[in-house]
Amino acid sequence: MRIRKATALAATVLALSLTATACGSEDSDTNDNGGSASDNGGSGSDDGGDAGSGGESLTIGIKFDQPGLGLLTPDGEYKGLDVDVATYIAGELGVNASDIEWLEAPSPERENLIMRGDVDLVVATYSITDARKESISFAGPYFVAHQDLLIRADEDVTSEDDINELTLCSVTGSTSAQRVKDDVAPDAHLHEFGTYSECLAGLENGTVDALTTDDAILAGYAAQPEHEGKFKLAGLNLSDEFYGVGLAKEDTDLRDQVNAAIEKMVEDGSWAEFVEANLGPAGYEAEAAPEITETD
Amino acid sequence: MSASSNSPSVLYDAPGPRARVRNAVMAIVFGALLVVLIGWVVMLLDDAGHLTAAKWSPFVTDSRVWTTYLLPGLMTTLKAAFFAIVIALPLGAILGVARLSDHWWIRAPAGAIVEFFRAIPVLLLMLFANEAYAMFTDVARENRPLYAVVTGLVLYNASVLAEVVRAGILSLPRGQSDAAQAIGMRKNQTMRFVLLPQAVTAMLPALVTQLVVIVKDTALGGAVFGLYDLLRQTTLISANYGANIIASMTVVALIYIVLNFLLTSFASWLEGRIRRGKRGTGAVVATDPGELLELETPPKPAPDIRTSGTAGPIDPSGPTLSGEAGNQP
Amino acid sequence: MFEFLDFERYDLLGAFWTTVQLTFWSAIGSLIWGTVLAAMRVSPVPVMRAFGTVYVHLFRNIPLTLVIIACAQGLYMALRFSLGGDRPPEIYFRLAILGFIAYTATFVCEALRSGINTVPLGQAEAARALGLRFDQVLTLVVLPQAFRSVVAPLANVLIALTKNTTVAAAIGVAEAALLMKEMIENEAQLFLIAGIFAFGFILLTLPTGLLLGWVSKRVAVKR
Repeated sequence: MRIRKATALAATVLALSLTATACGSEDSDTNDNGGSASDNGGSGSDDGGDAGSGGESLTIGIKFDQPGLGLLTPDGEYKGLDVDVATYIAGELGVNASDIEWLEAPSPERENLIMRGDVDLVVATYSITDARKESISFAGPYFVAHQDLLIRADEDVTSEDDINELTLCSVTGSTSAQRVKDDVAPDAHLHEFGTYSECLAGLENGTVDALTTDDAILAGYAAQPEHEGKFKLAGLNLSDEFYGVGLAKEDTDLRDQVNAAIEKMVEDGSWAEFVEANLGPAGYEAEAAPEITETD
Repeated sequence: MSASSNSPSVLYDAPGPRARVRNAVMAIVFGALLVVLIGWVVMLLDDAGHLTAAKWSPFVTDSRVWTTYLLPGLMTTLKAAFFAIVIALPLGAILGVARLSDHWWIRAPAGAIVEFFRAIPVLLLMLFANEAYAMFTDVARENRPLYAVVTGLVLYNASVLAEVVRAGILSLPRGQSDAAQAIGMRKNQTMRFVLLPQAVTAMLPALVTQLVVIVKDTALGGAVFGLYDLLRQTTLISANYGANIIASMTVVALIYIVLNFLLTSFASWLEGRIRRGKRGTGAVVATDPGELLELETPPKPAPDIRTSGTAGPIDPSGPTLSGEAGNQP
Repeated sequence: MFEFLDFERYDLLGAFWTTVQLTFWSAIGSLIWGTVLAAMRVSPVPVMRAFGTVYVHLFRNIPLTLVIIACAQGLYMALRFSLGGDRPPEIYFRLAILGFIAYTATFVCEALRSGINTVPLGQAEAARALGLRFDQVLTLVVLPQAFRSVVAPLANVLIALTKNTTVAAAIGVAEAALLMKEMIENEAQLFLIAGIFAFGFILLTLPTGLLLGWVSKRVAVKR
């Protein structure tokens, strides 16, 4: 009798877990933060660069945690310059905004995502570098930013030499981290995390002296209402970072299409509009749109 | 196991007047130290600006923190855990029974598989699975972390559950298989109709406790390759709510604690029920994850000096079925 | 076939050496802290018992990954405890060890407590009859016997710890799992690389198990 009860219980547990997983698998798309924009599963990601001409759906890698550039907001929407630019490009490629599948592209993962064909495009504060061009190709650039430091509002860093004395924080696999190690400040203590947001708490309470990356990213953090009055940019122009659209290596068709889209975006004024809407509130004064360099 | 902290211990006498004073002094000193330590940490956190209302209030005032981040994250964690245990259980049962086979050519490979996967960190299994899915299948990137985490957990936990199943079967009194033999059942029948059904009962608490281990291990996926599990939400929340990483990690830790506490309590309730049961064998496999489930081999049961008399968990590595196995009527 | 084994680029031995070091220091630390916790949990002082119980239940129910990340984000980034470490890699190495100790000690504590339960009643009673105080009963009579009976469970904790040190990859400590992640992302020989790392861990855990299994049989109290 008792055994039967317990066995029944076992069956119930098993059945329960089965139903739970069944429910789980139904809404597997909406449960992951990524991909909630569309419901057609991952099918879009398999067709690699062809998606551009196919015009059905497009998987685009963006940042999820960079205010002003690519942010997953509490409303579950994606906002930022990269998101707007990507949406525009997708539109030019014949893909509706609702058919774009957004995927998080953390800095260390970006080349991998493209090489594996997990994403069609990466629009994620992706600086064009020769090292990266060995494994992927770029279109663009669509934006130019400069490496800078985000520091506490009541402090100052005036020259590059001072940086060697600082404790810095950046993101694994970013050009900024690499430049700090190689040229700018090889003696500085550099903490590397997976995302910039992990650096912010340390910057706020003094464990690290500066968060270093591109000024456009930093401006977004400085302008968040929660951080009002806490941080400022040091105003050092440590480098020029040309943001490109990452895509599969040697996919020249897609690259030319994206380049055309970027050109059109700049010409019809959308670009200026996007920059103003996303970076304007942060008081960021963007330079004029750069010339497209990623042609043959 | 559980009795040593409540009833008066054999380790010390009922305290006399002097001992009572001494204990009181120690209690006060220790309590004071603890309060000072906690107060110091709280003060440091406050100095660092982590205790401001702005960092904590979103969890109460802004329901979107829950609907956009925490609850979907919790669902992903639970989903990964459920998939893992549901797939690992049958595999584990097969492996466990295979290890008890009379034929060495079944026993040996099963044993080798179990030992192999238990010797390797589950993170390595997940990393391997993640890469393998990327290289050889067209599982979409957004689902790949979940697949990888579940695969890693299944490989590892099937091996652990194989040992649980084996322990469950060995924990049954020998009378069960003797009786089955006496009425002319074959080994196969004995296993399927007599031993396994009863072993399932004995295993239930251990299974639920294994779920705790699995839930905890899903967090690896969030930290190392982008599964949007509960842990992963801390960075997303702190990107939107002003670098409140301490607050969000505290909240997430509390969710894990409550979830796992519920599971553990359920497991010990089950274990108690099965042990107390008047009929049946009363055999049960230990639920304690520290004893059995995170470890390599289930250790020998510790006969509790105060609760001796009830059937203890059986050591599955011991070849015999006699002695302390569930021998209650 | 083995050209991916570029030791200049991938410091395989160094990574496993880090794993060994993590394991070693964490094992010593958690043995000490776990013993203290166990002593608290069986002590006559209710506050200590309560602390021990709450500690064990808290830390066992939090994922180790969260414990380790909390060490980096909470202890270091928020509170600036660098544990004497000077530069980032060293700091995170030490923080990881602290996290492993905090977590693994709960398992040591529970193993010891069950070991204490295996010591026959008469031993403690005889000790008390001699007039020994609680601390004397524990340190002179009960714990020495308890330790001998929990060598096997402690060996299992050690093996679990060895495997758990891979979690330090979550805060960027350059140990085996992090190197494996890097290698399988950059090189094509997935099975070969995974096999090497699997073999490495088997090499670490198997002798531990065998050696301590032998020790546990030698020192077990015959009753």
